[in-house]
Amino acid sequence: MEKEKQRSAASVRAVEIGVAAVVFLFGAVVVFDSHRVGARWGDDGPQAGYFPFYVGLLICLSSAAVLASALRNTALAAESFVSREELKMILTVLVPTVVYVALIAFLGFYVASTIYIAYFMWRLGKYAWVKIAPISIGVSVAFFLIFEIWFAVPLPKGPLEAALGLN
Amino acid sequence: MEEINALLQGFGVALSPFNLLLMFAGVVLGIIIGVLPGLGGANGVAILLPLTFSMAQQPGGTTSAIILLSCIYWGALFGGAITSILFNIPGEPWSVATTFDGHPLAQKGRAGSALTAAFTSSFFGALVAVIMITFLSPVVAGFALRFGPPEFFSVYLLTFCAFVGMSGGNAAKTVASMMIGFALAAVGLDSVTGTLRLTFGFTSLLKGFDFLIAVIGLFGIGEILETLEEGLAFKGASARINAKVVLETWKELPRYWATSLRSAAVGCFMGIVPGGATPASFMSYGLAQRFSKDGKDFGKGKVEGVVAPETAAHAAGTSALLPMITLGVPGSPTAAVLLGGLLIWGLQPGPLLFVEKPDFVWGLIASMYLGNIAGLIVVLTCVPLFAAILRVPFSIIAPVIIVICAIGAYTVHNSMFDVWLMVVFGVVGYAFKKLRYPLAPMVLALVLGDRAEENFRNAIKGSQGDLLVFFSNGLVGSLTGLALILLFWPLIRALWRGLLRRGSRRAA
Repeated sequence: MEKEKQRSAASVRAVEIGVAAVVFLFGAVVVFDSHRVGARWGDDGPQAGYFPFYVGLLICLSSAAVLASALRNTALAAESFVSREELKMILTVLVPTVVYVALIAFLGFYVASTIYIAYFMWRLGKYAWVKIAPISIGVSVAFFLIFEIWFAVPLPKGPLEAALGLN
Repeated sequence: MEEINALLQGFGVALSPFNLLLMFAGVVLGIIIGVLPGLGGANGVAILLPLTFSMAQQPGGTTSAIILLSCIYWGALFGGAITSILFNIPGEPWSVATTFDGHPLAQKGRAGSALTAAFTSSFFGALVAVIMITFLSPVVAGFALRFGPPEFFSVYLLTFCAFVGMSGGNAAKTVASMMIGFALAAVGLDSVTGTLRLTFGFTSLLKGFDFLIAVIGLFGIGEILETLEEGLAFKGASARINAKVVLETWKELPRYWATSLRSAAVGCFMGIVPGGATPASFMSYGLAQRFSKDGKDFGKGKVEGVVAPETAAHAAGTSALLPMITLGVPGSPTAAVLLGGLLIWGLQPGPLLFVEKPDFVWGLIASMYLGNIAGLIVVLTCVPLFAAILRVPFSIIAPVIIVICAIGAYTVHNSMFDVWLMVVFGVVGYAFKKLRYPLAPMVLALVLGDRAEENFRNAIKGSQGDLLVFFSNGLVGSLTGLALILLFWPLIRALWRGLLRRGSRRAA
């Protein structure tokens, strides 16, 4: 069981190659689009794509160099980039964060943040609800006071704030 | 003596009650930011920058805003030492060397002296750097008044080449990271030709990528994800500090005057070079070890081993602002964010700032003196409070930090798209950090991209597309030449060593 947890989910080499390939693609997109808008000398100076064209070219060249050295370096295949346990941990944070950002559009910043903090405390901290409720609600109320009232920076609000007449 | 007069006027600006209040608020916020995982100088300032938008519109408001933000920077620099010494967690890369002797001291029960030494030498390093800024920046700015587009572009080139040649990391990764920054900066409406670049029909991309979002995502979310791997609990030494310990340590510190001066000099020099704070702290730790009479005890808990890196890191962190205000080239990611702030408030960083906005510049410089004094007072008196923050369980602090990052990202343009971007940048930051792609060049390129491109265009427009314009006179030629030397520095050094070895073999 312990061993299973320690097992690598991805080797450094695999991730290195993957990231370099994505960066190369990004560079290729930049080169392509710069060529489309014109990367040469126009009537009155360099065209819009002149500078980004070479930037894209350098992205492609440098990521190709990283890619080549990762392909040659087979020792990296034995090195773990992230273990299964670590990956699980990261996903238990990343997935709720994505859900949280999606929820903001429907529930507003404050309600979504309350739910997010409460979920975190319940899932990772294993707190009792008696502790979770006051902390998660308290933090959001504090943020409301700081941003809406003190700094007068309005954040997106949802149905709860509308019901309370706080818009 | 002109500088002294200007500085006194600056003190007049900085000493208003409102600005003094902002100074203390900034320092306290900065220390909290420096202590918290996932928040550091760069993204802390980035998150709080939108809150200064309305402040900056009042008369004299830009000075107050920069005082607030720069004091957050000083606070974050102080805060980094707290986590390094008590928890063995370097909050910033340049605090790594502080853990070598700081944490062993804390384990021996001498946390108080280690902290006092760290704070006092930080203050000393910053002070030396501010004095240098006071007298050197008008000179540099005056010199830079003669700069045209080719000169400015070659200064940028110098900055970016220094990253590639001096960082010591994988050069291809540094170039890739930097060029991604330039490419992201180019996205959106091209102001010169009115062409849409790299938007592919997405209206959300019209405005381009804001570097603030990138900073919040890369450094904030990325760091939280990285911290998660290391587990959720922080184990730290207790942080008792009292007047007796402080006075005793202060009595001990003058013994290390040579180390302090040397480290401050190294820091000031390296700070002007971008990304210089980290090598400066390591370098002065190494030098202190070599020159100290009990160098062999370094790493086991020597106060001198705390003095050296802290002095250098603060001197470097402070002098990073010299190229920012005089040339518009930031020397560190946090300085880059401050520079971005200046642009947003409608100020053009660069030599003209000294002519057009003397109140702003000298108010800022005066606030550097006062802010560091404020910082020293606050950290010495409130260390246990700040250390207590790290005892708040990670399962509470982590979501709160992510919520703060999300609010920060949203408030930049009041756009939910930016919050999504922040999450994407967070994942990119995590992967890049683990694969050792440096993030600072990307941020700097993102901030400077438009200005670098504009100067490049104007330069080659003037020369009808001839790239030799970057060698057309002595000034620009030596800047470009120096840039190329720095770019190929590792190669040049290897060649030079090879030649020396061959020479010595022949001599033998």
